Amino acid sequence: MTFLSHIITGLSLGSIYAIIALGYTMVYGIAKMLNFAHGDVIMVGAYVCFFAVTSYQLPAILAVPLAMVVCTILGIVIERLAYKPLRQAPSLAVLITAIGVSYFLQNSAQILWSASPKSFPSLFTVGGNKSLGLFGGQLQISYTAMATVLACIVIMLGLTWFTGNTKMGKAMRACSEDKAAAQLMGINVNFTISMTFAIGSALAAVAGVLMCSAYSYLLPTTGSLPGIKAFTAAVFGGIGSIPGAFLGGVLLGLIETFTKAYISTDLSDAVVFAVLIVVLLVKPAGLLGRYVPEKV
Amino acid sequence: MATTLLNVDGINVYYGAIHAIKDVSFHVEEGEIVTLIGANGAGKTTTLQTISGLLRSKTGSITFEGKNISAISPNKLVSHGLAQVPEGRRIFLQMTVEENLEMGAYTQPSGGVAQDLERVFSLFPRLKERRRQVSGTLSGGEQQMLAMGRALMSHPRLLMLDEPSMGLAPLLVEQIFEIIQNLNHNGSTILLVEQNAQMALSVAHRGYVLETGKVVTTGTGSELIESPDIKRAYLGG
Repeated sequence: MTFLSHIITGLSLGSIYAIIALGYTMVYGIAKMLNFAHGDVIMVGAYVCFFAVTSYQLPAILAVPLAMVVCTILGIVIERLAYKPLRQAPSLAVLITAIGVSYFLQNSAQILWSASPKSFPSLFTVGGNKSLGLFGGQLQISYTAMATVLACIVIMLGLTWFTGNTKMGKAMRACSEDKAAAQLMGINVNFTISMTFAIGSALAAVAGVLMCSAYSYLLPTTGSLPGIKAFTAAVFGGIGSIPGAFLGGVLLGLIETFTKAYISTDLSDAVVFAVLIVVLLVKPAGLLGRYVPEKV
Repeated sequence: MATTLLNVDGINVYYGAIHAIKDVSFHVEEGEIVTLIGANGAGKTTTLQTISGLLRSKTGSITFEGKNISAISPNKLVSHGLAQVPEGRRIFLQMTVEENLEMGAYTQPSGGVAQDLERVFSLFPRLKERRRQVSGTLSGGEQQMLAMGRALMSHPRLLMLDEPSMGLAPLLVEQIFEIIQNLNHNGSTILLVEQNAQMALSVAHRGYVLETGKVVTTGTGSELIESPDIKRAYLGG
């Protein structure tokens, strides 16, 4: 029974990583940049949801979309102000800017909402219960965990469908391969990149709400470590690949949970990164990534 | 009298301090095949990229159907009726043949895309056989056909081809040039940039010879092919 419950914990943690990793991977695939501020957008989404629920008594069904809208706008604004002017700049400049944006968001959150932790309410309850008891109550599955895994699967399938079947999604793939050629097709590359940031940031909001709902703890630095781990998950699965981000996220969550349960809580992050190193040594492009030689 | 479709007047393009295009002027009449020939580095591709807006000229003007297009962004030019098949084809290798063609129709209303697909497939039956195949698996000749088909999806009034013969076996080069002539007979106006001067001049109505960023000679295709200077410099005799 404990084994099963570890699997559920691992899947739900992994689904959170996967949702964040999907945003990372979309932005990397299309804008070819690592948006290190992605984790902090998660935090903003969680705060928006927190205040909507606690200060304005909004139901979760309204608070979550509100957080998504705010993060979408935030993502578009960040891209427009911080990254778009650097489109022709060396990628190192963009990377440093992204780290700067990350600190800017964290510090702004501290000024606006203080550094003291907020206790995030549980958003997913059924009839007042936080979890569903199975096998006569021996196995408890939280509704948050169920919502998280479900949301992750829906998002992954949705993005796969979107990039494979819609005009905008295909244009995103075209931009990801060759921006100049995409322009010659009449595709507005700047708009496409904006849309990618919008989608990635909306997903970050969802991840933020689910994460804080599961761990009921919210700080201005809340998004930072999960952001880095989700980035790891995206690289693990093959950065730029949607199924890769999903697989990488879920595996990372499972590995982390099982390390905590059977090896050592303190070592869990070390094990996670050790696995990443081994995978990259064997498969440099990640589990589902394609190895593309750098053009010189 | 045919009308002038494209008029390039006195453009100057720089790469940093390098003066790549010097006062280049030429024009393309409706229904023509016009070719720009010249050695590697003469500025042929730079000229095309300036017309399609990927590069900007410091001076002069580029007019298309009487409209000044020198300041229009590249992605908007497609709806003005210009399409470019870029050097090295630049097809989307990870997308299927059909998806590549759909990208070519990006600016078109979605209702007509199916019909345009059939039109391109009738020009290039090979592409129809491979419509669901990822285009990175196509041969060089098929990729060139796909790049041309993709450009035709937008119903261009001017089709600009950059080195369509590059990297292709001689037999395929002939096939590609036959297709270019067919397209022209069916009403397409074509601006053709080529290093293969012999082939280009044999299909072109008129040609311009570029040397280190300048137009040095111009004439009809047959005039240029007979000119001793051109023969010596570009046709290996």
